[in-house]
Order: sequence, then structure tokens, then C-alpha cells
Amino acid sequence: MTTLDTRGETETTGRSSREGLGRNARRPDGRPKARGQFAFSSDLEAEGMLWGQLLRSPHASAAIRRIDLSGALRIPGVVAVLTASDVPGRKTYGLDYPDQPVFASEVVRYAGEPLAAVAADHPVTARLAAEAIVVDYEVHEPLVDPEATLVAEPIHPLGNVLFRQVIRRGDPSAAGAVSVEGHYETGMQDQAFMGPESGLAVPAADGGIDLYVATQWLHVDQDQIAACLDLPLDMVRVHLAGVGGAFGAREDLSMQVQLCLLALRTGRPVKIVYSREESFHGHVHRHPARMWYRHTADTDGHLVSVQARIVFDGGAYLSSSPAVTLNAACFANGPYNVPNAFVEATAVRTNNPPCGAMRGFGAVQVCFAHEAQMDKLAAALEIDPIELRLRNAYATGDQLIIGQVLSGTAPVAEVIRACASAPLPPTTPDTLPELALPGGAGRTAERARVRRGVGFAVGFKNLMFSAGFDDYSTARCRLEDGRVTITSAAVEVGQGLVTLMQQIARDVLGVDEVTLGEAATVGIGSAGSTSASRQSWMTGGAVNRACQAVRERLLSSVSQRFEVARAGLELVSGRVVSADGSFDLTLSEASAGETFEETAVFRHEGTAELDENGQGKAHVSFAFAAHRAVVDVDLDLGLVKVVEVATAQDVGRVLNPVQLLGQLEGGISQGVGFAVMEEIVLDKGIVRNPSFTDYIIPTALDMPPVTVQALIEQAEPGSPLGAKGAGEPPSISSTAAVVAAIRNATGLDLPRAPVRPQDIALALAEPRPQGPSGTSATRPPAKEATP
Amino acid sequence: MEQLSTDGALLSYSLRVNGREQAVHDALLGENLLYVLRERLGLRGSKNACEQGECGACSVIIDGRLECACTVLAAGAVGREIVTVEGLTPEGDGLSDLQEAFVAAGAVQCGFCTPGLIVSLHDLLTRSPDPSELEVREAISGNLCRCTGYGRILEAVKAAQEKGRP
Repeated sequence: MTTLDTRGETETTGRSSREGLGRNARRPDGRPKARGQFAFSSDLEAEGMLWGQLLRSPHASAAIRRIDLSGALRIPGVVAVLTASDVPGRKTYGLDYPDQPVFASEVVRYAGEPLAAVAADHPVTARLAAEAIVVDYEVHEPLVDPEATLVAEPIHPLGNVLFRQVIRRGDPSAAGAVSVEGHYETGMQDQAFMGPESGLAVPAADGGIDLYVATQWLHVDQDQIAACLDLPLDMVRVHLAGVGGAFGAREDLSMQVQLCLLALRTGRPVKIVYSREESFHGHVHRHPARMWYRHTADTDGHLVSVQARIVFDGGAYLSSSPAVTLNAACFANGPYNVPNAFVEATAVRTNNPPCGAMRGFGAVQVCFAHEAQMDKLAAALEIDPIELRLRNAYATGDQLIIGQVLSGTAPVAEVIRACASAPLPPTTPDTLPELALPGGAGRTAERARVRRGVGFAVGFKNLMFSAGFDDYSTARCRLEDGRVTITSAAVEVGQGLVTLMQQIARDVLGVDEVTLGEAATVGIGSAGSTSASRQSWMTGGAVNRACQAVRERLLSSVSQRFEVARAGLELVSGRVVSADGSFDLTLSEASAGETFEETAVFRHEGTAELDENGQGKAHVSFAFAAHRAVVDVDLDLGLVKVVEVATAQDVGRVLNPVQLLGQLEGGISQGVGFAVMEEIVLDKGIVRNPSFTDYIIPTALDMPPVTVQALIEQAEPGSPLGAKGAGEPPSISSTAAVVAAIRNATGLDLPRAPVRPQDIALALAEPRPQGPSGTSATRPPAKEATP
Repeated sequence: MEQLSTDGALLSYSLRVNGREQAVHDALLGENLLYVLRERLGLRGSKNACEQGECGACSVIIDGRLECACTVLAAGAVGREIVTVEGLTPEGDGLSDLQEAFVAAGAVQCGFCTPGLIVSLHDLLTRSPDPSELEVREAISGNLCRCTGYGRILEAVKAAQEKGRP
């Protein structure tokens, strides 16, 4: 167990830099961000810049008969209006496979699909021009039911099944004495980052383009943009602009291609900034899920079998549905041993908005189901739910349902025990101030009708890319005149990778100052995606390797040039020193005018696609976490206040305590939001709440304190720094824990997340009486909860 | 009116921002204060996260009152005293105590909400130098943050309170 130092710097002595690994090093962009001077993608400007605006379909399914641009072109200040016929290269794009049109031209498959783009001298002019485009639609009934779509006419030439993963393990007819079953659903969550999609495209003299954009993976953007523009890769230079959060929503392209097209057509810089409403239409969401589960167990509580059928609504286009669905299948049973498994996970195409990556992708949905099943099984067996989980918990050497052996660390029992041992909060609903009760400032119900509940959940998922993907990261270290510069195309989205890169360089090279080069597709290879909890391991590994190589070259050079023994030389506090103290020069002096530059590529251990039975070594490493939620529920209004979330997480090694804590608290806040308030509401495929007025995320009054009961530090074999990615696990089981706590408080089944007030209030309400409504004192008490 | 002149649909006027009169030329009447601050005056510390008064990323102080710049008509702010995050930030590359506490405590991740929080918390700590944690939570409940879960932000406020001034 680790005690976190969250109060800023920690003094240390010895070789390690004060701001090296394990320390609360400060983020290098913290100062400009706090001053309001950090340049986010929406803050960019260029001489002669135009503003771009996309026109999006208001219909979820329609044939396009005609698009009339004349009204837009007549508006003074409009410089260009583009449609599908203006795309010079490939007309489609996509992360996994290009099935999504840059502009819809014949068919619209979701509400929000772009049809045209305008460039004008003022954002209002651009918006008015987009509205002046007349589209003649033949509106169709949208296909929005993810199960009906399996037997419906295809809505895309590639069909309605986006991806299916089946896992068969052991004896399909095996069954234990005790069986529990359930249907579960999760809704469509939005990443809701604060910085809206935005970018600035600047046409270059060579006929190419420089794009400054907020994204998660510069090189995969470059590949897709270049194909659509029909330009060679080196003429599409993608530069990272300041990213205001991502959480998966920036993995897919948003307006990158359309923006570049406008700039190339007009010959002027063009900027697009989405409004919040457009942002809700303009990026992928978390897949909604429908899940059926049956577990059987022996009477002693050991799992015998799991069967699960899982349907994910992928919306209109593929996006990252394969990776999401693979995760849902692989992690369908949670971190528990089971010898017999049948799992079928399918992502389907509908006329709903496209779904793709979001923090914890695929694992979040199934965790909600498998943890509800564990609680049901514990109740059926009359075993304590914590004890049931411990009896089945994975440990190193165990096999996943895909047959892969857990060769790395798997402290599942440790996170369960630690989290369960956290003391419960001392306050009760009787003593809390009004503002801290369910409903807060708007509260109208009775304090006596507030019930407390406690819930527990455990989750896990893979780190890095899986299933045979060639996953690597590139980084460069340059030492010139005593100054260290680290360059990588890895994307900083807020998580603090920029801090970590500096910490690594400080440790390896014994310096305090480390400069970071520009993140761009120019002059450096891919760093891979900032997703799947992979950058600390992957780009951390590449930076570490590049710095080690520079260190070796420098010390060899010093050894030769100054005729000192290589063995005793060390880099300490910006100096090259020998162990006996006889040699001591500054880095600058020791370099003697020579520049040392090394570029390193880091690859993780290989993985493979699953076989026809869904068996194989598909993943590299796994991270585990447990969450315990405490809630207060207003039984009459159905409102929930999350009082506290306690957690324990498997982190491998703590690299920066404060930044790690920020990942835990931030990830849990998104899990809490998904449990009780966050859902994109669709009506025939149309998003009905595309604003922060109606899509609500936790405020400072909604978000409870987080108790980090333990960080389990067991260095992970194969991880270059011993650490495991920590960004996703906080979002996996926190939602399940909160809903379990609401079940505990209310006695209701609550098979769906998020839990809406009506799910509680209507289920607990007595039939509406005739005449004046009864007082709360006459209403029946909540069902007694199972502790 | 002396401070406001029109040329057809376009307006010219001046705004008093962070103690200085700043000229705005040939603006559309409908431009909100956030747009004018960002795009006409180059003050991009106020952020554009929702543009409908829900997220607090564009928080400014107008005549001593905390407002969302996106819901204020810029031409309607003529003659009023506007303070933005730039006005609460020391010259050079210095930090106020509150800003320093944000950086030290880990309250900054992506940073898009940070300037708005600095303005909201400056307003709170000016009115109420020693708020309880619940008062702080209520005061910033109009400032959405998606990265931090607010924990380190609350720690930063505590640290700034200990220093005794915003």
C-alpha cells in the first residue's frame, strides 16, 4: 500500500532528480494553462483566416435527391461551399476500415452526418450559409433497434453486423448447482470533453497542407486525411494543437478532412470550431449495450459456467467497434475464473449516431452486467459478495476465458481486500447538511425518506492494442550543449504524458531541465494512439530507450575523449562524474561540441488474433481495480447522491502520485456520471439532449470524495517502467459499484445504467390514489435491502 | 451615444477590460462578449466549451458580478468594468497564489476549464476568504471539469486559503 503525497514536491536526495520518476513533478503546461495562455486548438488564428462550418443531416435515414448550394453561394462573405464531389481522393474514411463518407452524397445514415462544408469570413456568415443550403431528402424510417437490425435489410453495403466475437471454452453443457440469470442494459454515454473539436488548416506553398488539430493519434489522422485528399503523406503535415480532453472521442476523425479541403480550395487558412451541440453530433459515443447473462456455480461458490449474449449498438459506421466488441467478449466474465464459457458479442449497424472509443471501452458495459451477476449469485448462495469474488478471483497463472494465461501481475484479491477494508464514511443522511442530500439545493422531499446503500464492484481490462496489431511508439532524445530535448508524436490530452516524458529523461540523464519538441507527423514516426491506457508504457518505453541510448553514447564518448574508465562514470545533476570523484565536468563540457541524438522505437510483446473458438493470446497486459460506492437515495423522488467512492487499483508502479490520483478521481467521476445521470437520449436516432443543459455531467456538488485505499505496486514484467496504464480502470467498475449501492438502498433490481429517477421513484411508488395524493407517511417503505 | 457608433449592420464601440479601454471595430450586433474577447481583442483565456452559460469556462467578472461571457451581449457591456482571467494573472510568466496552488496540487489536467475556475474561485475568495468545502463545491458547481473529478481542485483551494488570499 502506498501513501500518496498530494501536496506538491517531495524533497529527495541521491542520484534521482527532484522531479524524476515517483515524484510529484509538475506538468510543464500547468503554468500557461493556469494563466489562460495555453493555446488550445480553438485558440489558433492565422493571417487572412476564414471560418468553416459543416452542414449536417437532421434526419437519421434518408435518400438525398438533390443539394442546392446556390443560396449559400449568394451570401456575401462566403468563399467556398464543398460537397462529396469535391473530395479528390477516397470518399470515405475510418479508423479500422473506411466505411464513413467524408460527405454523404446519396444516403444519410445518421442524424448529424455531414453533407457540405462552407468557408466564410465570419463564423456567423458561415453558419447562415450552411443553413441556406437546400437539401431535398427522401426521409426514411430509421433502423434504430440494435436487435431488429440483425434481421433487417442492410443499411450499408457492408451489412448490418459490424463485428462478432464468439468465445467457446470448456464444456458448453456444464452447469453448477446454483444458477442466476439476468438481462442488463447500459445507455449511450458521451465523452463530454470540455474543449470542443477544432482545428486550423493552412495551405502550404508546395500544394500540401499543415493541419493544427486536437486529436489522439496524429499519424493515423495523417493516413486517413492523405487518402481522402489524394496527397502523398509528406504533403499532409498534422501538428498537435492543445487538446481540451479526449476520453476516446478524438480517436476518429471529426472535421479534419473537410477542413483541409476548404483550405486547399480557398488557398487561405481555415478554422473550424464546433459548438457544443455540434460536438455531440460530431464524435462517437460509448456503445449502448444489451446483455443477457447466465452464471452457474457450485454450492461452495466456485463458478462453473458463464453464458452471455451481448449486443452493442455501433450506430451508422464501424469506427472502433471491432476493438470494443473484442474487449466486451474477452472481459465478459470479469476477473474471475470459470472453466466453461460461451460468449457471443456482436456490434451492429443502426441509424443511430456512430459509437466507438470511450474510456474503458467494451469493459465498462460488461462490468455492469457481470458485477450485478456476482451480487445475485452471492445472494442465491447466501455467501458474502466480497467473499464470493475472492473465491473466484484471478491470480497470476490463471487463464482467461480466451485461454490466455495471466503471465503478468494480477493482484485481484489484493484490490478486493484493500477496497473492502476502507472505513465507511462517518456521516449519515440524518446529519448531513441539506445541500449534501439527494437533490441538493433543489431538494423538496423528506430527510426521513433518504436511504443509504453500499455497493461493490471489480473490473479489469487490457492495456495497449491487442489481437496482433503492430503496436509501437517512437521517441527521440537529443543532447546538445548540455540541453536535453525529447520529441515524440504522442498526444497529450490532459493526462500528463508530457510530465512523464520529462521525468524519465531527468532520471536517465541526470538533468533538471528537459525541453519537449513539437508533437507532429513531421520528422518523427508514430507514437500510436493516446488510448487504451497505453502511452505511459509505450511512449514511456520509447523515451526511456532513446534516453538510455544517448546516455551510453555520451559516456562512451567521454570515456574515450578524456581517457577515463567508462565503468565508473555517472550522470548526476547535469554533470558527468566518476564514482571516485576524480572526474567532474558539466554535460556541456563533457559533450565537447558533439550532439548526441537517438531515436528509439518501442514495441510491446506480440499478441495474436483469437482462433475460431475465441481462444488465443490476444492481449499484452491487464489492469484491475475495485470500487466501493456509498449512496444516499431519496425514495420518493428517485434522486441519488453518491456519498463516497473508495477504490484500490493495480498500478504496477507509481510514476507520479498526484497525476495518478488525478486519473483515479477523474475516471471515477465519469463512472459516477454514467451510473446516475449521463445518457444521450435518442428519439428515432435523433439526439434529444445535445447540450450541457440536458446532457448532464457531475458538478463539484455531485462528485463525492474519493478514498484511495490502496495502490497495489507490483512491477509488471515487460513494462519498461514497471507501471501499468491507470487511466481506464477507474471508469470500469465505478459505475457498477454505484448502481449496486442504489440496489442495496432500494431493494430494486435496477438492471439498467444510468439509473434514472423514474427507475426508482415509479418502481417504489404505490398505485396513484384517487383524489388528493397521499402523504409520504402513507406510502410503503422500500423493500428491505440485502446487505 | 459616444461609446457606440454604427455603420449599417456593423458597430464600433469600446469595452473596459482589465482596467483598459479596448476598441472594437465593425462588429456584428449579435456578437457575445466571449466572441469579442477572444476573436476581436485576442483575450483567449476565456474558453468556449458550451457557449450557453452551462459550463463556466468563460467566467468573467462584470461590475463585480460573476458572469458567463457567452451569455452577455458584447455591445451591452459598454461602460461596464470587465475582468477576465488575464486581469487576474501577474505580468511576465508569474502565477497568482490560486494559480500556483492549482499547478502544485494537480488541479490542472487538460486545462480547458482552468481559467474559468480561477475566475470563479477568485470571486468566491474575494467575497468569502474562508469558505467551507461545501461552500467551495457550491461556488464552482457552475464550472464543469471533465478531467479531474474536482478532488485536486478542492485541494488547491485549501492550499490557497492557507496562503490567505486569492
